Amino acid sequence: MTIKSNMIATGDLFPSEPRRGRVATFVRRHPTIVAGGGILFLMVLIAVFAQWIATIDPDKIAPIKRNREPTAEFWFGTDMLGRDLFSRVVYGARVSLLVGFAVAVCATFLGLVTGLAAGAYRRLDMVIMRLMDGLMSVPPILLAIALMAAVGGSVFNVILAISIAEFPRMSRLVRGLVLSIREQAYIDGAIASGSSMPKIIVKHILPNTLGPIMVQATYICSAAMITEAALSFIGAGTPPSIPSWGGIMNEGRMLWQIKPYIILFPAVFLSLTVLAVNLLGDGLRDALDPRAASRI
Amino acid sequence: MLTFVCRRLLSTIPVMLFIALFVFSLLYLAPGDPAALIAGDQASQTEIDAIRVTLGLDQPFYIRFVGWLGHALRGDLGVSIFSQLPVTTLIGQRLEPTLSLMLLTVIISVCIAVPMGVLAAANQGRWIDRIVMAVAVFGFSVPVFVVGYLLSWVFAIRLDLLPVQGYTPLAEGFAPFLANLILPAIALSCVYIALIARITRTSMIDVLSQDYIRTARAKGLGQGPVLFIHALKNASVPIVTVIGIGIALLIGGAVVTETVFAIPGVGRLVVDAILRRDYPVIQGVVLLFSVAYVLINLAIDLLYTVLDPRVRY
Repeated sequence: MTIKSNMIATGDLFPSEPRRGRVATFVRRHPTIVAGGGILFLMVLIAVFAQWIATIDPDKIAPIKRNREPTAEFWFGTDMLGRDLFSRVVYGARVSLLVGFAVAVCATFLGLVTGLAAGAYRRLDMVIMRLMDGLMSVPPILLAIALMAAVGGSVFNVILAISIAEFPRMSRLVRGLVLSIREQAYIDGAIASGSSMPKIIVKHILPNTLGPIMVQATYICSAAMITEAALSFIGAGTPPSIPSWGGIMNEGRMLWQIKPYIILFPAVFLSLTVLAVNLLGDGLRDALDPRAASRI
Repeated sequence: MLTFVCRRLLSTIPVMLFIALFVFSLLYLAPGDPAALIAGDQASQTEIDAIRVTLGLDQPFYIRFVGWLGHALRGDLGVSIFSQLPVTTLIGQRLEPTLSLMLLTVIISVCIAVPMGVLAAANQGRWIDRIVMAVAVFGFSVPVFVVGYLLSWVFAIRLDLLPVQGYTPLAEGFAPFLANLILPAIALSCVYIALIARITRTSMIDVLSQDYIRTARAKGLGQGPVLFIHALKNASVPIVTVIGIGIALLIGGAVVTETVFAIPGVGRLVVDAILRRDYPVIQGVVLLFSVAYVLINLAIDLLYTVLDPRVRY
C-alpha cells in the first residue's frame, strides 16, 4: 500500500514524459548538436564500414576506364588513373576522421598537462607561457608545413605536426581556467585541509575545466581536418598511396577545369564533415554555458 | 606610455629568438644527415663531406646557430639548393602577388565583416542575427581551396566573367590586376570574415548594453550614429585584436590559395620548395612570415592606446 502511494506521489510530482517527447525536446533545444552529431555519426559509419560501402578497390588502377564521368557503375566517376572516385572518397573519410580525432586527443592532452602545470605552479608559468608564445607566433598551417617538410609525409607525422601547431591555444585556455578556479574558496579549503597540489589539480581543478576544454577540443578537431586536407592538397601531408580528401583534390587539380567532379566530391565530404564538427562544438558550447551562449 | 612601448618591444625578442631557433632546427629535425639530404641520392662521400664543411656542420650546434642568425639579421638567408639563387632574391621576386592578395583580402574582409557584425548585434536574436551567425559557421567550415574552386568554376568557367587562374602585376594596369586577384581574395576572405564578424557582434553586444549608449539614445541620436560612432569605436579593441591574430589564418590560407589560382607568390614558392626539399627556401619563408606576423601584432598592441585612451599600461 505504502509503495503504491509513493508511486502515485512521484507520478504526480514528476509526470514522466513519454520517451518520444523527451527526444523531441532535446532536438528542439539543441538542434545544432543533433545535426552536427548526426552528420558526424554518419561519416564515422562510412569510415568504419568503408570496405563494405565501397565495393571497388580504391587503389585499383584501370587505364581503360580513366576520367569517366559519374555513372551508375562509377557513382562519382573515375580519376586520371581509372580509380573509382566513390571508393577513394569513402576511404578518404578514414584519414580525415582519424587525423581530426587523434589531433583533438593529442592536443588536448598536451594542452592539459602544460596548462595545468603553468596554472598551478608559478615558477613553471613563465617558462611554459613564453614557450607557447613562441609556438603561437608561427602561423599553424605554416608550422605544420615546416614540420612536415622536415619529417616527411605519413599519417602519424601529420597528426604529430598538427598537434604541435594546435596545442598552445589549448594550453592557454587551460591555464586561464586554472587561474580563475584557483581563486575559488573551495581551493583555499582544500589547501587549508592539507591536500597536496597534485591532488588538488586532479580532484578539484580538472573536473571544473572539462566543459570549456571539450568545446575547444571539437574546434581543434575541425581545424585539424582542414589543416590535414590543406597539407595533402599541397602535397605535404598524407602520402599519395593513402586516399585522403585533400590528396584526391590535389590529384584532380590538373584536370579540374574539364572534370570538376574529381574535386567536387571530396570537397563536399570535407566541408560537410568540418561543418558537422563545428555545429557540434557550437551546440556543446551553448548547452554547457547557456549564459555565455546568449552573448556570443 | 614610453615604458610600455619599450617593454612590449623587449618582450618580442624572446619570441623572435624562439622563431629563429625553430626555423634553424628544421633542417636537423629531418631524419638522417642534412649534408647527405642536400647532396641528393647520387652524391659521393667526398661531395657530402664538402657540403658538410661548407654548411659548417662539423661545428657544434650553437656556433652554427649564432652564425646563421648573424647572417639572417643582415638579410642573408642562404642559397636555394634547387636554383642556387639567394633566398632573399627568390622571396623578393614573389612578394608582390602575396602582399597584394593579403591586402585586398583584409580590405574586403573588414568592409564586409564589420557591418555584418554590427547589424547582427543591433538585431540580436532576430533573423538577421541568425543569418549572420549561420554565414559565420559556414565560413569557418568550408576550406579556402573548396571556396576557391567553387568561385573559379562559377565566375571564370561557367559565366566566363573573370580569368580562371594566374596573376597580372600591378604595373600592367589596375583592371587586369584586380580581375585576376578578386576571386582568390574573396575565397581567402571567407574564414576571415567569419572570424571578424563573430567578434564584432560579441564586442558590440557588450558595448550596446552600456549606460552611455542609453544616454546617446536618450538625447535623441538615431540608430546609425549610435551604432557606428558611439558603439563601434568603443567595441574596436577586440575587433582589431582579432584582425591581427587572424593574419595567421591569412598566411596559411594564402599558401593554399596561391596553389589553387596558380599565383606566383611566396606561398607557391614554399609549396614548390617542399616538393623539392629545398630547405633554405622553406626556412626563409617560415622565418619571414612568422616575423611579419609578430611585428603586425606588435603594431596592433601599440595601436590600442590610440584606439582606446582608457588602456593604460
